[in-house]
This record gives sequence, structure tokens and C-alpha cells, in this order.
Amino acid sequence: MNTSLSDKQIQHLYWRMGFGISSNELNAVRKLSKNNIVDRLFSESIQKTLLSIDFEGLQKNPKDLTPEERKQQRQLRNDKMSELNILWLKQLIDTKQILREKMTLFFHDHFAVRLRTPRACIHLNNIIRQHALGNFGDMLMEVSKSPAMLIFLNNRQNRKNHPNENFAREVMELFTLGRDNGYTETDIKEAARAFTGWNFTKNGAFIFRKTHHDYGTKTILGETGNFTGEDVIKILLGQKQTARYICEKLYKYFVNDDINKNHIEILTNAFFNSNYDLKTVIDTMLKSDWFYDSQNIGTKIKSPIELIVGLSKSFGIQYEDPKVLLYLQRKLNQMLFFPPNVAGWPGGKAWIDNSTLMLRLKLASLTLNSGVIEWHNNGDMPKNMMIRQQMYRKMKSKFQKKVKAKPNWNIFLSTLQAEDKASILSFMLQPKLSTAANDIVQKLHATDTKNFVIEILSLPEYQLC
Amino acid sequence: MKRRDFLKQSVFASGMTLVPSFLKGMEFLSPDQLSGYKNVIIIQLSGGNDGLNSIIPIHNDIYHRLRPSIAKKEGQTIKITGDLAFNNKLKAIASLYDLGEVTILNNVGYPNPNRSHFRSTDIWQTASNANEYLSTGWIGRFLDSNCQYPYQAIEVDNSLSLAMKGTIRNGIAVSDPNQLYKTTREPFFKNLVANTEKEMLNEDNQGYLYKTMLETYSSASYIHETSKIYKTNTEYPQNPFARNLKTIADFIVSGLKTRVFYSSLGGFDSHVNQLNSQDRLLKIYSESVGALVKDLKKNNRFKDTLILTFSEFGRRVKQNGSRGTDHGAANNVIAISGSLKKAGVYNELPNLSDLDNNGDIKYTIDFRSVYASILNNWLEVNDQNVLNSSFKTLGFI
Repeated sequence: MNTSLSDKQIQHLYWRMGFGISSNELNAVRKLSKNNIVDRLFSESIQKTLLSIDFEGLQKNPKDLTPEERKQQRQLRNDKMSELNILWLKQLIDTKQILREKMTLFFHDHFAVRLRTPRACIHLNNIIRQHALGNFGDMLMEVSKSPAMLIFLNNRQNRKNHPNENFAREVMELFTLGRDNGYTETDIKEAARAFTGWNFTKNGAFIFRKTHHDYGTKTILGETGNFTGEDVIKILLGQKQTARYICEKLYKYFVNDDINKNHIEILTNAFFNSNYDLKTVIDTMLKSDWFYDSQNIGTKIKSPIELIVGLSKSFGIQYEDPKVLLYLQRKLNQMLFFPPNVAGWPGGKAWIDNSTLMLRLKLASLTLNSGVIEWHNNGDMPKNMMIRQQMYRKMKSKFQKKVKAKPNWNIFLSTLQAEDKASILSFMLQPKLSTAANDIVQKLHATDTKNFVIEILSLPEYQLC
Repeated sequence: MKRRDFLKQSVFASGMTLVPSFLKGMEFLSPDQLSGYKNVIIIQLSGGNDGLNSIIPIHNDIYHRLRPSIAKKEGQTIKITGDLAFNNKLKAIASLYDLGEVTILNNVGYPNPNRSHFRSTDIWQTASNANEYLSTGWIGRFLDSNCQYPYQAIEVDNSLSLAMKGTIRNGIAVSDPNQLYKTTREPFFKNLVANTEKEMLNEDNQGYLYKTMLETYSSASYIHETSKIYKTNTEYPQNPFARNLKTIADFIVSGLKTRVFYSSLGGFDSHVNQLNSQDRLLKIYSESVGALVKDLKKNNRFKDTLILTFSEFGRRVKQNGSRGTDHGAANNVIAISGSLKKAGVYNELPNLSDLDNNGDIKYTIDFRSVYASILNNWLEVNDQNVLNSSFKTLGFI
């Protein structure tokens, strides 16, 4: 079923699997078939751009420090976490490997770790990136053995005769089978025994500490043996439910909050039969017809990262003060490297409350026009218009100092295909306009393209993709 | 001008005519209805307040032995009972205690305590079990099952806590009612709201966005219009926490139909040199709450208000190597009100000779019993609908 896609469908593909598409890019792929566009996305993501920052000054073993040095180390760690956050956010904005980075963001949420140890966090993030379009089983194994996960879910404290069940529980509940999907409390207890002895060295290398390992016999999900942690992961991957659970999550993230059982069955079979090849399952999803169904288009609430990155990408926004990017993530409740807990960000409607929504609606005007959405009533008296202009100027100078964002309007405007209302609307907004938005748009003047664009990006419709 | 006339006039003058008609009919409480309208203020001391150095087992040998350099001396405290004393920075709280307006609940916690700030905060806010992840908060579920409007639960802060999020509706986060009002009144949004029709507010995500926008708009105008009726002249300390409590007092005395207020004071994570940092924070807490109570009393609203203070966990009994304390488990909870049923020390003191494996205090009251009591005894709603299971209610209110 290799068909061609409409512009709207191509935009859909790029919003869901990336962060939107520019006019130039849309032009370049428009004449390609669906399969060719999807293949192109994969081939653009063959390369991997690993994150890297300079850890100079950060001690690996902060045990023998004075309280003052300890405080400095803590400060330095926090600074490095912010640096890491901004580094990745900028990579998301600038990357050509959009599919790989979007999948990395998906698994950043799936293997949610909240720590203040920058070395462990960057390491985990790069593991995920390396396997983002590779084998899920390999990713799961490496993630489980990473210092970040060993610290966060307390496997270092998990020892023979003193088991800590934290990791054993979450690996089943959140990483593979999903809550209440065919495992018992006894399975968790037995699995915890198998994971005893997993630890890492001072240099962050995985180490199996034999003296901490429980060599007794364990029974896990019906299988009995002298299992190690590796064996448990293999047992979990042997369950088709693991493939199903991951596919359901992929579907909710990339296709629709509401699951279609037939589609899940197709994906689950592709995933399980390919021995958990992520490229295969994503390829199956993106080459299907149903991915592009109108009921899937413009229905997803963008995550704050999708919103910030999408907007910044479209307009080449430069942030003079990177702290603004941290501020926005914090206020919108999605801070990279800082998920709320091991279950990740709840997503969907949970992104929205009264304060996040108002900031989200103001985001385009804040980054593109110093906080002002210019509004002109038809038939306004010249005097009123002047008063309004004065007010806007005042607001702008106030916000400009705070936001310090520089959009590149030239790039955006010069590549725009057509400047009529309908074309701009269809290019910028994925969902159909509500009647209220439609009424407003009727009143707007498209002659001032810049202002028209800011106005439609301030509609609730821009929050969806 | 009479209060009621003023209300009518200000509502009329505020441009509320632009609100779609199906959203109208917002009400405020008239002075005669105000009396008896019970509300609760929840205060979270974020970071894990050291309860043992706040309300102190002053004659307990184990306390002094395990905390050689950070235990409080008797002279640094205010006596409660023969065994118990307030940190002397809690002076205002101690005065309320003497008036029979404070209940101290000891050893409040939950089974299998989690010592992560975030996780334990989530557990307290969602009222979940330690191994259960819920995406709605207990106040959010109270809104879902018992309220009509988002503003019936208000968090005086810039962002909304998980505690305030329900399935059908969320509470409202507002730190500056004026600012929120101004944002929603920008001509662009105002026009958008005016064009919104009921048919658009369906169950899908787009409908949800419009519904939230409308609710924000109408709540912002309700809060803005109603709360300007009363501006307190009581003096509050100069700090952001006190300012938030002052905003809450304005809301309560103005007659907002809000049942739950939420606010927090952070910085209690005292791993290092805790004496100075904790004392400084307790002083802020005590003086600010003292001012709030004074304000409410002056306006005859204290008898209908309950102030509940908790922290996501207490701290380890034994001090650490840096004159601080590490994350612990069960902790004390303070209830303050003009209509307590049982004031004083509600239950037994922490048993320092029977600690858990980590050396932390064991819980004897499940925190959800405290919630159940508030829901059942104070707000007079069905607690099981909100907490999803049954917890014993306590007789302090």
C-alpha cells in the first residue's frame, strides 16, 4: 500500500515522529511516496550524535571531602545537570536525526530516571540513543546495568539475605509486562534475588559482585532455575506481553491516546517476531494506512518539549539566556532528565492545568513577539489604536528583557509557500479549527503575516498535533 | 456601599457580560451564608521537616544520645507537657496551643515508607499506597466527586500540585489573582472565550483545552472580583510564604466558595548544619501562621477554618556526620483550628526505642486517616469516594 501522502499527512508524520516540518523540507519530500518518505526518515537517523560534556572538577568519589568541598560539588553537579538539559534540548531543536532523537525522548520517558548525577544521566541517555532504532532487548539489558538505573532503583543495595525489590518490581511493572499483567508479588521477590550482586565500579563500569549474589534456586513466571539478573531479563523478553505492552505505549505516544486492538495486534506481532527490533515495529507503524487516518491527526496534546522544540525549530529561535529554556520546562512541568518519578510523565491531558495552559497559549507571543498578541478591533478609532500601540510597546520592552529570545523571521517568511490565510493555517495547525477559532480567524488580517502567524499560534489548536 | 451592592456592581462592571451565558451563575457567599462555611488550608513543609526538633521529646535520653550536637536543650524550647516541648521558634504556634487551638498528631506515615522527596510527596498528595502510582490527587478527587467549580480548591502558588488534579476537574493555581486575571483579559483570549460555544467542549483533547481555558477565564474573574471585596489590614511578616497566606485570608474573608486551599514552604531538607536553617524556617512558618490566625479571628472565620501542616517525611532520629539529619519516615502533623474536638497531644509520642531497620520512627497513624477525618468530619463528604478505600477517622475534629 505504497501511496502518496497529502501535505497534512506528511506534517502529521513529522510532528509525531519529530518536531514538525519546515516549508523547505515539505517541498523536498512532497513528491515522494509514503514508503520513500519513511525510508528517508530512517536513513537520516543512521548516524548517532552522542551527548558529551566536560566533567572537569567533578569528583567521582566525593567521600573524603570537607563540608565546604561537598557543597561545591553539589553546586557543580546541579550546574552540569542544567548544562546537560540545555545541550540535549538544543540538539532536539537542531538535529537532522529526528527519528532517533524522538525515539530517545520516548525511551527517556519509558526508562525514567530522576537523579542529580550528571555522569550517570548522560551515560544512560546515550545508551538509549544508541539503541533507539535497534534492539529493545539490548537496550533493556544495558539500561538495567547502567549506574543510573542501579542507583535510582536501589539495585546496589539489593543483596543476598537483604533483598531490595525496587528494581525487580519496576522492571516488570513499568519496563516490560506492565502493571497487573501476569506477574505476582512472589515473582517480584524471586526476581529481586536474581538481581542481587549487580553493581558498578568507581569508574561506572558494571560489575557482578559474587559475594552479594544469591545463588539459590528461583522460580520466576513459572520457570525454575539458578537464575541471574540476565536470565530474568531474558524470561521477561520471552513473554509476548512485553512486546504488547511496549507497542501499546508506542501507540499511545505516537498514534492515539485511545488504543485500537487490531493495530496493536499487528504491531505486537511485528515486534515480537523480529525479536524486539524497534526499526521493524516503527516501520510497520509508519507504513500502515491507519497511522494517517484523520482521527489520528491533530488530536494529541503536545508535550511541553514538543511544543518548545517545535516552535523554536520553525522560527530558528535563539535563546540568549538559556535559563529561559529551563524556566519554561519547569513551568510547563516537563524538565528533561527530571521526570516526576520512575513512571515517567503522565502525558496527555495531565499536561494541562490553568497555569500551564495560559503559559502555553502565551508561548508563541513570548518567544516571537516579546509577549504581545496584537489585536485590532474592526472600526477602532485611531485614538484607541494609538493607546493600544503604546501599551504593546511597554509590554514588549518589559518582556524582551526577561525572555531574550531572537526569532529568525526571515527564514520562516521567505520559505513560506503561500501567504493566504488558508495556506498558513493548514501549514501551522494540525487539527480542524473549532468554531470559536474560526470566528476569530475570520476577523484577523492576514496582510500582516507576522502578526497573523502569532495569533494562530496562540490558539488552543496549536497545542495539538 | 453595602457589600452586596458592591458585589453586584463590580460583577456587572467587570466585563463579565462577555462570558458565554452557560458559564454564568457564579455565586459568592453573602455574609450570612459565610458563617459555617468550612474550609481547610493544607500547608506542606517541603524537603522533609525534622519533626523531632520541631516538637521535641525533651526528656527522652535516646533523643539526646542520638543527637549529641543537634538536640535542643530545654532552655531552647517552650514547654508543652512534662515530656514534650515546642522549638522556641514556634512561639506563635505555642500560644495557639495554650488556647486549645492546636492538635499534635504523632507518628503519622504509611507502610513501607519511601525516602525519596518526590516519591513520598506523590504518595502524600495522591493518597496512594507506597507501591501504587496514581495520576490524580486526593483534593482533585474531592473536586471530582463533591464540587462544581475548579476554584473550590485553590493552590496559592505558580503551579498546580498533583494533589489538586482530578479526572474531571483540576483545582486552580494562582499566586497573583490580578496577574492571572490580566492574562485572561488580553483582547485576543477574551475574544476567543466570547466565541466559545458549549458544543465545542466535548470529551476530546481539543474540547478539553477549550474547557480549561474557559474555566481559567471564569475562575480568574470570579477570584479577582470576589477577592477584592476584602483586603486585610492585619500585619504579616515580609516573606513569600506569609504573602501567600495573606492571599488565602483575603480569599476566605471575601467569601470565596473555596473549600480547600493549598500552599507550601520549602527548604526543610536539612542534611547539613540543620540547627540554623531549620530554626529560620520554623520561625517563618510560625509567625506567618500566627498572622493568618489573627486575621481570621478578627473576621470571625477561624472557627470555620482548619489548618493542616505536614511534610513528606520526617528525618532520621540519629544525626549524620555533618550536624544534620537524613531522610526518615513517620512524622508529626499539626492541626490548627478554632473548632477542634480534641486539642492537645492527640496520641502517644514516637517510640525512640523501637525504630525501623533504617533507624526511623514507625508510623502509628496512617496519613490517609487524617485525610478521611478532614473529608468526613470537617468537609462532611464521603471519604471513601475520594480515598478509594476505608480509613479510620480520628476524633480531633
